[in-house]
This record gives sequence, structure tokens and C-alpha cells, in this order.
Amino acid sequence: MSLPDDTETETEIQTNADIETRADIVLCPDGPMLVRGQAVIEDADGTQHATTRPVSAVCRCGRTSRAPWCDGTHKLIADGARSST
Amino acid sequence: MASLPAPRGPLSEVLVQSLGGNFVEQLPAWPDSEPVDGSSDAPGPADETLALWVLHELSYRGFTDVDERWEWHPDLLVLRWRLEGGLEQRLRKRFPTIERTDDFVADLAGLIAADDGPSLARHLQRHGSREQALELLRQRSIYHLKEADPTAWVVPRLPGGRAKTALVEVQFDEYGAGDPQRLHHELFARGMVACGLSAEPGQYADEAITEVLEQNNAGSMFGMHRRLRGAALGHFAAFEATSSVPSRQLAQGLARLELPDEIQAYYEEHVEADAVHEQVALRDICGGLVAREPDLAEDVLLGAWTCLDLEARTASAMLERWEVA
Repeated sequence: MSLPDDTETETEIQTNADIETRADIVLCPDGPMLVRGQAVIEDADGTQHATTRPVSAVCRCGRTSRAPWCDGTHKLIADGARSST
Repeated sequence: MASLPAPRGPLSEVLVQSLGGNFVEQLPAWPDSEPVDGSSDAPGPADETLALWVLHELSYRGFTDVDERWEWHPDLLVLRWRLEGGLEQRLRKRFPTIERTDDFVADLAGLIAADDGPSLARHLQRHGSREQALELLRQRSIYHLKEADPTAWVVPRLPGGRAKTALVEVQFDEYGAGDPQRLHHELFARGMVACGLSAEPGQYADEAITEVLEQNNAGSMFGMHRRLRGAALGHFAAFEATSSVPSRQLAQGLARLELPDEIQAYYEEHVEADAVHEQVALRDICGGLVAREPDLAEDVLLGAWTCLDLEARTASAMLERWEVA
């Protein structure tokens, strides 16, 4: 399902195949948050974690075994949710 | 550098003999192919599959005492053309019709999410023996010692845009992000050595099952042909998207079996790395490619499906061999 275009949002950047841009922070549907470049992530305990990759994935489902980084566990949760419905 | 493998039939015999001898300008005609089992369950013919693997390998690390000029020898290219034609035909014949919507990335993600093939990682996580784990490492070494290399061929074949920058972004991570200590195929090599195994590329080719060689051949063929760039990137996306969770399971299995930290570290690295690569590969690389070149959509799906199918074939063959299938 796609949301109607919010043309009122003044900071929105139009993206399409002709104007290929990239975002520094990407929220993946049912997945992690991608962070491009060097960044320091502070977790809920106040511990800081520096990125070490060109792109890093920060967990958004809260089930990762490698917090704050994504370890793919969200897919197992999604699978479980799908099979139980 | 590895030695040439032992032949598996008349064709690979002539090939290995030729490569092992002096470089000559003209070779005699290649022997005909043996009759093939045409059913879609059958793996590629062992003899041809090994021969094609040897031909591709000339473009990666080569073989000890084999003249480097052979890589582009016209008579070898004739044979490569024939064998790749057979492989591509076989892969396309196995590829089912995939239902499409107007959201290509969702279609691709759905195809990968629907994969329910047997898993070697799940077996080794809780049940497999040390011998089985070491055997799997030897089989995987055929690819992991040149990890990311087959996809690197694709970079100059892309016209530009998001697909190209994102592919290089992921490859940069695969190749250690500027740190030789983090080069993925060298992490695997260190793991092999720590396990008391050889880290020479192709060292275990004689043990490699046909399914593993076919997996390698498909990845190389997709990567080396500009025409197949869609399949190469679909293959890459499916590979990355089915790596993070199994890598965690394997790391746990290797820890359970008390195999060295270095080989555990290789799989640990892939838990985080591939959780990132998966997202970038699906959305930016494959999504970006198809946005620019919509006609490649079907080949992207072919590549993804082939990656999953060939891994399922390898897993079934290994589990059968271990009598756990």
C-alpha cells in the first residue's frame, strides 16, 4: 500500500529513476535502519557504538543478538508471525 | 596456487592435459559431450561441470605451472562458449514462472523469503559432527576463497546510477573497507588455516561435489557476461539475503564443535555484514538496476532463483551424504 504524496512537506526530496539520489539514513520496510558513513550510535543504556562499515544496519525490531546492529532476526519473527496467522 | 584437479571424464581429461603441457597455438578438436540426463532434478554432467570450473578459474587465480596465456586462448573460449551455453540452458529450464506485481523489489524479496530449501547451517548449528563441519568448509572453500570476486566483474558492465554506486559500496565492505585484515576471503583463509586445512584456492576441487562446482560456475558465468548482468545481481542479492541468519547458525555450530575462533569469526562477520548487504542489494542494487533497465527484471529473478535452487541442491546432496536427509 502506498501513501498519498505529501507535497506539503517542504523538506521532501523527490526521487525517481532519472534523479538517482541516496539517503544517509534509510528505514527498511520490516527491517533495520541503514546508516551510511561514520556515525556513533548510542543505545538505550547510553553505551556508544561507532560504525565500522561503509553502511551499517541498526536493529529496529529489538530482537537482535548483536545490539545495536541488525543480525537478520527480524526475518525469523516475520516468518513466525506469518505462519501463525 | 592450486594444482590442476583430477579429470572427471574425457573432456576434462583433454583440458587438464592440455593446460598441464606446453602452451600451443592450436589444440585438437574437443571431444563431444556425453549424453546428458535431461531431467530438471539432475545436476550438471560431472565432466563438463569440472571442465567449465577449470576454464573459469583461469580468470581468477589460475593454477600452478599453467601458462597464463591459456585464459584467452581461442580454442578454450570455444569450449567455454559451448559449456556455458549448456549451463545457461539448464538453469533457464529449471527456472519456474515467477508472478510479478508492479513492485519489483517486493517481488524479489518475496521470492527469496519463500525459500524453504534444506539448510546445512541449521543441521550444523545443533547436530552436525566436527567431520561434517570440516567437510563443509572444504566444499565452501571453492567459493569463499574468492568471495565477492564473481560479482566484481559486473561493476564495469553497469552504466551508472544507484545500482553501480551501491554495488561498489557493498563490494568495498566485502574487500575489507580498506583494511587487508578484514578482506572477507582472507578471513576465510585464516579460518581454514586455523582448522588445519589448506587455504590455497581450489585445493579441495577434487573433493568438490558437482553441485558445488555448478554453483561456482553459475556465479562466474553470470558475472563474466555483460548480457547476464541482471542475473549476476539477482544471484548476489539472494546470496546476501540468505546469509545473515545461516551465518549465525553456523557460527554457533562451529563454537559448539569447538572449532577455532578464526573460523567462527568469519561467520560472525557475515551476520552483521550480510544483514546490511541484503538491504542494499535488494533495494539499491537490484531495484536501481531494474529502474534503469526494466528489461532485465526477469533475469534478476532468474539469478536469485538460481542461487537459491543451487544452494538447495548442494544442501540436499550433502545431507544425503551425511545420511541426515
